[in-house]
Amino acid sequence: MKTLKIEDLSKNFGSTEVLKKINLEIDEGNFLVLLGPSGCGKSTLLNIIAGLETINEGNVYIDDYNVSKVEPKDRNIAMVFQSYALYPSMNVKENMVFGLKQAKTSKEKIEEQLKKVSTFLQVGELLNRKPSQLSGGQRQRVAIGRALVREPRIFLFDEPLSNLDAKLRVEMRREIKKLHQTLKTTVVYVTHDQTEAMSLGTKIAIMNHGVIQQNDTPEIIYNKPNNTFVADFIGSPSMNLIKGNLVQNSNKISFVAEGSDNSIQIPMNNYNFDKKIEFNNKEIYFGIRPEHIHFKKSNENDFEIKLRADLSEYIGHEQIVTFNYSNQEILAKFASTIKIQMNKEMSLYFDLSHISLFDKSSKERI
Amino acid sequence: MSVNAIASYKQLEQQSKVKNLILRWFLYFILILFASYFIFPLYVMIVTSFKTMEEIRQGTLLTLPGELNFKSWAVAWGGRGYGAGDTFLRPYFWNSIKMVVPAVVVSTFIGAMTGYVLTKWRFKGDSWIFLFLLFGCFIPFQAILLPMARTLGFLGISNSILGLVVVHIVYGIPFTTLFFRNYYVSIPNELIKAARIDGAGFFKIFFKILLPISAPIIVVTVIWQFTQIWNDFLFGATFSFGKAAPIQVALNNMVLSSTSVKEYNVDMASAIIAGIPTLIVYVLAGKYFIRGLTSGAVKG
Amino acid sequence: MFKWLEKNLPKIVLAPAVGLISWFVYGFILWTFYISFTNSKILPKYELWGVGQYVKLWASRKWLIAVDNLLIFTVLFLVICIVIGIILAIFLDQKIRAEGVLRTIYLYPMALSFIVTGTAWKWILNPTLGIQKLFIDMGFENFTFDWLVNRDMAIYTIVIAGVWQSSGFVMALFLAGLRSIEDEIVKAAKIDGANLFTVYWKILIPMMRPVFFTSFVILVHISIKSYDLIVALTQGGPGISTTMPALFMTQAAFHKSQVGLSAASAMMMFMAVAAVIIPYLYSELRRENVS
Repeated sequence: MKTLKIEDLSKNFGSTEVLKKINLEIDEGNFLVLLGPSGCGKSTLLNIIAGLETINEGNVYIDDYNVSKVEPKDRNIAMVFQSYALYPSMNVKENMVFGLKQAKTSKEKIEEQLKKVSTFLQVGELLNRKPSQLSGGQRQRVAIGRALVREPRIFLFDEPLSNLDAKLRVEMRREIKKLHQTLKTTVVYVTHDQTEAMSLGTKIAIMNHGVIQQNDTPEIIYNKPNNTFVADFIGSPSMNLIKGNLVQNSNKISFVAEGSDNSIQIPMNNYNFDKKIEFNNKEIYFGIRPEHIHFKKSNENDFEIKLRADLSEYIGHEQIVTFNYSNQEILAKFASTIKIQMNKEMSLYFDLSHISLFDKSSKERI
Repeated sequence: MSVNAIASYKQLEQQSKVKNLILRWFLYFILILFASYFIFPLYVMIVTSFKTMEEIRQGTLLTLPGELNFKSWAVAWGGRGYGAGDTFLRPYFWNSIKMVVPAVVVSTFIGAMTGYVLTKWRFKGDSWIFLFLLFGCFIPFQAILLPMARTLGFLGISNSILGLVVVHIVYGIPFTTLFFRNYYVSIPNELIKAARIDGAGFFKIFFKILLPISAPIIVVTVIWQFTQIWNDFLFGATFSFGKAAPIQVALNNMVLSSTSVKEYNVDMASAIIAGIPTLIVYVLAGKYFIRGLTSGAVKG
Repeated sequence: MFKWLEKNLPKIVLAPAVGLISWFVYGFILWTFYISFTNSKILPKYELWGVGQYVKLWASRKWLIAVDNLLIFTVLFLVICIVIGIILAIFLDQKIRAEGVLRTIYLYPMALSFIVTGTAWKWILNPTLGIQKLFIDMGFENFTFDWLVNRDMAIYTIVIAGVWQSSGFVMALFLAGLRSIEDEIVKAAKIDGANLFTVYWKILIPMMRPVFFTSFVILVHISIKSYDLIVALTQGGPGISTTMPALFMTQAAFHKSQVGLSAASAMMMFMAVAAVIIPYLYSELRRENVS
């Protein structure tokens, strides 16, 4: 039995198709992140799971029950909002038990739940305060507490960290992760921040234009992106996508960058091609992450290439250097202690066990 | 074990559908009920104005006239034609126009300049000045009627349209200032700073930069002032009588003067004539009217 | 010379507004205040007379009736306008199809003058040909509705007309307030299992405290100033049963030649308004400074 199952879900707003035949499944205890740029449909999908939006086509199942037409309060879910949405005229305690009261839970049970959750989240001393008297982080915790007391089957988070400043965001991110590890709850979490997604999720569903681009563990998404969108969205800085062609010379397959003079041919024989394709003169994107370009040979299979360094950005613990590869810009990440000379060619080593190739027209992984 | 037991989903789905439908019908019913309460007087006014006195005596408030009888309208506007003692609205309508136009223009202009200074040329104590002016929005005018009557007398403009214009300008200033000040407050000061760096002076900034983007608030202010001044009765009745009266005073006189037989149809036609200008403004530019009411009031 | 002019231009531009208001508002109020302590009859006398006028005022049966009427009217006016205003605002907040049309209908009375309103309602409430006849002709043979000429009930006709004129405004304020609430709060409440009624009653309406406050202040203000409506609807009658302070003041000054007494009544009205407005302005300013 899947805790959450979404089947062929489509949603339109007027004539705009916001979600196109979405299919999704989550097992119990998983932390699924819906990741994507604004407008990709992730918030709409979350609202549909919550029952706050209607469905045009398709079904939503919670614990194998079809809840597509069921009210939010009867779906056994709880939601944490971007703006926390705490009731301003009630104090923390009233905020947290409001849902339980609406469900006509017994007084004893309410007290029990309240005590359990407020101790766990350390909001015990805040119980009599109003939301306007709390800090951002405290409001965040109260919002999570309001969701926790109801012991729902699924926790829904709608970009809960977006309103916090950078430092607080990192702290709260870790708290949410700890929460998940302790309680082992099922979570659906919406964010546009890929760092958040990678650190929190057990599974990530990347969305764009209403379609799920890839639904996998963070490792797979990072190392084997399904298409150029995913490759570009994940990673900071994102994966380098170098335009060029595959060339086949008898049994040797190699990659030649566009505009280069065939002198540099990167051997592709060890690459795991997903499908059988026509290799000769195939136009592709050659994808390699900045962190997989080294200044020292670290692997047997590393490909050595001499490129000119054009620009260096010092980030503190590392530096991002821009190189010129056949008039295309590629970025590499090095430790900041390395001295790079600008406008000079230096030897770089591509880690070929960590590359991805994409068809130029379909943008799909090959 | 979850706190909310998983219920029978199909049942819940049915229940909520029916409930929603009933609620919707109830909603519309109540809303339409209230709409009738609000429309009722307008309906009665219009219908009565087209009836003959015979029809009025025979029928009820709701009955439609047999045919559209425009006689009461003619009498309300132009009178019965028998000379002295015959009051009709036409001259007073024009009195009001002559009063409203200059009063609205001048009070709006003063409000705009005052709002401009108070928000873009700050100096120590300017909030107090704003408060000082704002107070004028709230005073009951009874507190100034007596001295104003005497002052108008001293100036030789009592019982004149000019006198009323002066009164309306003065007591319009707090409101117009409030509107413009609240509007200009939200216009970024960077705009002014950039203009000053470009060398523009006090008046140039106002006329070339602020005024062109002030259309929304000018509309709100003009509509508000027009409505207030056209609808005024207190000042009109206190500071004028006879020939110089504005329309609301004339309307009241007409309705109150019970010579022989009360002609309700004429009363209703007169009321509509007196109310049409502001009604038309409201219908055409209603949302600005409402914006003026809610923003001016809510911002205090 | 020019430099001085330029530097002080802002203040010079302020001068007309400030000057006019100082004189015509503050100056005049002070004058009225002063006169209320004199024994002025037809013309103002400037020798102080003490609080005689105030004593006379509160001993006057007519004034007491006026104050009593004001209280009755204000309470009813306030409560009914706010109740109707909230109900209409909540109902209109439900994504109604004809919302624009309905809003226009509820608000148009505010565009009319109190004289027009009074004239219309005077006809509707006409004891023989108005509502009474309507119901009788509909079959309710013994129906009477002569409130307008009934000493005890006439004040309520003023409430009916006043509510008709002003409820739409309260509705507009509450609707604006409801619409300014971010919808995540309603979503959270729905997930918490609150039905529509609970959402409004327990969550949204308590959030409307500032709007209540504003409506209260504005409605009380309108009520204290009531003059036009009374003149048009009942002229303070029958007799003096619907007289109000504003009416009292004008009659004392211009018909009874009691300028001092009139000034005293005007000052009472002023103090009543100040008692409501000053706390309001104070709290509004504090809110603005805090935020």
